[in-house]
Amino acid sequence: MNSIFLWRVLLLLLTIATLTGCAQVAPWERGNLAKPQMALEPHPLQVGIRAHNYGSREAGASTHSNGGGGGCGCY
Amino acid sequence: MMRDRYHGLMLRLLLCGLVMMAAPGLAHFEGNTPPPACDLDHMDGTAMSGWQSMQGKVIYIDFWASWCPPCIKSFPFMNQLAADFHERGLEVVGINLDEKRADADTFLQKIPTHFTVLFDREKHCAADFDVIAMPSTYIIDKRGFIRHIHRGFRAGDTAAVRELVETLLEETN
Repeated sequence: MNSIFLWRVLLLLLTIATLTGCAQVAPWERGNLAKPQMALEPHPLQVGIRAHNYGSREAGASTHSNGGGGGCGCY
Repeated sequence: MMRDRYHGLMLRLLLCGLVMMAAPGLAHFEGNTPPPACDLDHMDGTAMSGWQSMQGKVIYIDFWASWCPPCIKSFPFMNQLAADFHERGLEVVGINLDEKRADADTFLQKIPTHFTVLFDREKHCAADFDVIAMPSTYIIDKRGFIRHIHRGFRAGDTAAVRELVETLLEETN
């Protein structure tokens, strides 16, 4: 692969990135985006406690149990 | 050799372009620049007569919206500023940027407001002021120049802003 080919790929990627139709949203137009239900995680507390429960009760190691829980259900 | 130099130059141009794309808010007019003229309305619909009508006063301009939590938090601070420094020549002006006027009216009925509230119907004023965050505060000195731009509202910033307002109030025209 020569560098001209790499440059062409980079140029193509940049062109695609600029053609994705992104629109600038003015700060005063972000009222709907500011609503709690628009958050990526609208219930962080609930998700946190669920993850904790899952992690502490799950016997095997998984994505939600750091290093593997004992399955004892201890807090 | 030439090709290496060409690629180096292209890479630098590309990096400059990326930095410029990532920093849209770098250009602002803090310093010896007067505020842009604005077409604003009072609560009763009458037009504001322009910043010149407040010449000789320190003007604290705050762009806000009812849906913006830090704006809500800033209201008691602005009320306090107006109460403490209005006599000494401070004008606190809150410019509302809600897309629906009714949202602002409902908000103002709930939250006590002891300063001038104006409405930017077309949002031209916000665009001319280059507002990139909510809330955005512009402090104009007695000579009519924008001396400080503050974006956002955090409780820890209030002491510094208050101090600046006091300093500007002590300045002579």
